[in-house]
Amino acid sequence: VICFCSPKVCIVGSGPAGFYTAQHLIKVWTVDIYERLPVPFGLVRFGVAPDHPEVKNVINTFTQTAKHSRCSFYGNVNVGKNVSITELQQAYHAVVLSYGAEGNRSMGVPGEDLAGVYSAKDFVGWYNGLPSCRELSPDLSCETAVILGQGNVALDVARILLSPIDILKKTDITQPALEALAESQVRRVLIVGRRGPIQIACTIKELREMVNLPDTRPDMVAADFDAVKEALKDLPRPRKRLTELMLKTALEVPGEKEQERRSKASRTWGFRFFRSPVEVLAEPSHSRIAGIRLAINKLEGSGEGAHAVLTGEVEDVSCGLVVSSIGYKSLPIDPSVPFDSRKAIIPNTMGRVKQAAGLYCSGWLKTGPTGVIATTMNNSFDTARSLVEDMDSGTLDVSAAKPGSQSISALLEKRGVKPVTFSDWEKIDNVEMKKGESSGKPREKLLTVEEMLVFALLYNVIEHLKSVFEEIK
Amino acid sequence: MAASAAVRSSMGLTLRLSRVIPDCSTCPLFRLKCNAKNAANLQRKGSFDSFRTINRHLQTSIGLYHSEEGSSNAEDPEDVVNVVYIDRSGQRIPVKAKVGDNVLYLAHKHGIDLEGACEASLACSTCHVYVSAAHFDKLPEPEEREDDMLDMAPMLQENSRLGCQIILTPELDGIELTLPKVTRNFYVDGHVPKPH
Repeated sequence: VICFCSPKVCIVGSGPAGFYTAQHLIKVWTVDIYERLPVPFGLVRFGVAPDHPEVKNVINTFTQTAKHSRCSFYGNVNVGKNVSITELQQAYHAVVLSYGAEGNRSMGVPGEDLAGVYSAKDFVGWYNGLPSCRELSPDLSCETAVILGQGNVALDVARILLSPIDILKKTDITQPALEALAESQVRRVLIVGRRGPIQIACTIKELREMVNLPDTRPDMVAADFDAVKEALKDLPRPRKRLTELMLKTALEVPGEKEQERRSKASRTWGFRFFRSPVEVLAEPSHSRIAGIRLAINKLEGSGEGAHAVLTGEVEDVSCGLVVSSIGYKSLPIDPSVPFDSRKAIIPNTMGRVKQAAGLYCSGWLKTGPTGVIATTMNNSFDTARSLVEDMDSGTLDVSAAKPGSQSISALLEKRGVKPVTFSDWEKIDNVEMKKGESSGKPREKLLTVEEMLVFALLYNVIEHLKSVFEEIK
Repeated sequence: MAASAAVRSSMGLTLRLSRVIPDCSTCPLFRLKCNAKNAANLQRKGSFDSFRTINRHLQTSIGLYHSEEGSSNAEDPEDVVNVVYIDRSGQRIPVKAKVGDNVLYLAHKHGIDLEGACEASLACSTCHVYVSAAHFDKLPEPEEREDDMLDMAPMLQENSRLGCQIILTPELDGIELTLPKVTRNFYVDGHVPKPH
């Protein structure tokens, strides 16, 4: 019989990075996952588009990890505010920071703060029910929307703005967002990038979804694609297939059926290349936006390394909605943790935080905010491997017993913080799914932290009262 | 070889019946102070090596995965398809499968570390495998959606496929499926982009 005192690790953040790191460590370690919100899963819940439910299947894998006897989830705990990193390090043999990127890069142009300008992070948070974005109330009464950035998030925003309501109403998009989109006057979406078609950051699945979006037609500038055909043959397969689809959509004369479909479409979308924002233009009253001024670029170099160079020319585009989708950004959590503010990541080597023994990081916080769930999975497995190596080599000392969640729970109780357990989350989960049933949605998300806490923590009280009332009747 | 095959087939039963990693809190020896490092080393080497995946995937095998019983109990010899998985450490794991088995769920059944994040719905690339040259052409052409997802997989090769889309047929007997070595380089064409 082999016995051992399982070393204890805590993970800050319960998105894909947190859970994939936990999945790998749970074979040997006791793993506690701390999450600021009452609900787990991070961007799988708040970032993945409502019309991509299959991507959310990964929640089943995470749920099994959470329910492992050596794993515990503590929601509603704000690390950095309710408990410090130093306190976590005293309680655990190792601490893994996986709290992702909750900020966004700003355009840094005049007019960015005008009404009608939003970051994609907030816009996505709004339609996905992130409590802090509940009051966004974007004004969708204009005809044209301009999205800066051409990654998958930009395409998600475009698709949600232009999708037929009949499609959206069967998803887990929030009710307020659904109502706002049902009234939306937006009919034209331009997705703007600094460089050219070959540098576009989105992937083919998302592009195909735009091309096939019912009741829409593509509107591209043929000249933007001048140099592209010759470059095709040297491109690696993924880039080649993506570029071919773009060329086809932009330049090919469609067959009769497609021609008819396009002529009947009430909404348009298109890429605009070689354009950088220089100013958001206000209406005469200066209260909201009237348009956006774009600088015209030319490319120097080619392929992934090509960069945009200003030509000096500008172009004004009238629009009533601007969404800047130029990247998420990680924020520092605690003064005791090293942070590279230029790259907006925690400085690390293979997930080991530099100059901080016992501290690790995984996910976007480690490598920057790009990549899909599979990327984060590999990234997190790498960090877990570093931890295991360090334990093996003795770099990480796990011989001394550590109190783990016992001491942290006591601290939290003293500070009046009530953690939400995984089975509490399951009550929130059940309530949301039940609420969604009547409208044919997979779930109707609770939109405030208060509601989440009520259902999690008072659920049993309510159930008890219900049964008492049933008996009295 | 036969001995390890027997161990593996009994492991199949064990995986179904019990948790893979023992829960030490139920052990009376748990309270004894022991050298955690030595014990952890012992746990990682030797007999626990092939139990890398916790017993979690068996509940998710729905739809595409046909057979319920352990493949080593396949009744009809004509139904048997011999498959070899080559895991990320290069270890060869021979498996006796049945016609109609799904390569992803078959891997899960045998504790092989092949993720299936989106549960076979063509929304991720985590079940990416390399198919042996002799069998690659015997597979039906991938549909466009599979190719789109494969484009996202790191270390894409000519013989890459998504495991969740491979259904075993008699002519795939002897197929070898290699799990791509996970690297820190996540970009499909090998380029690491500069931040901008």
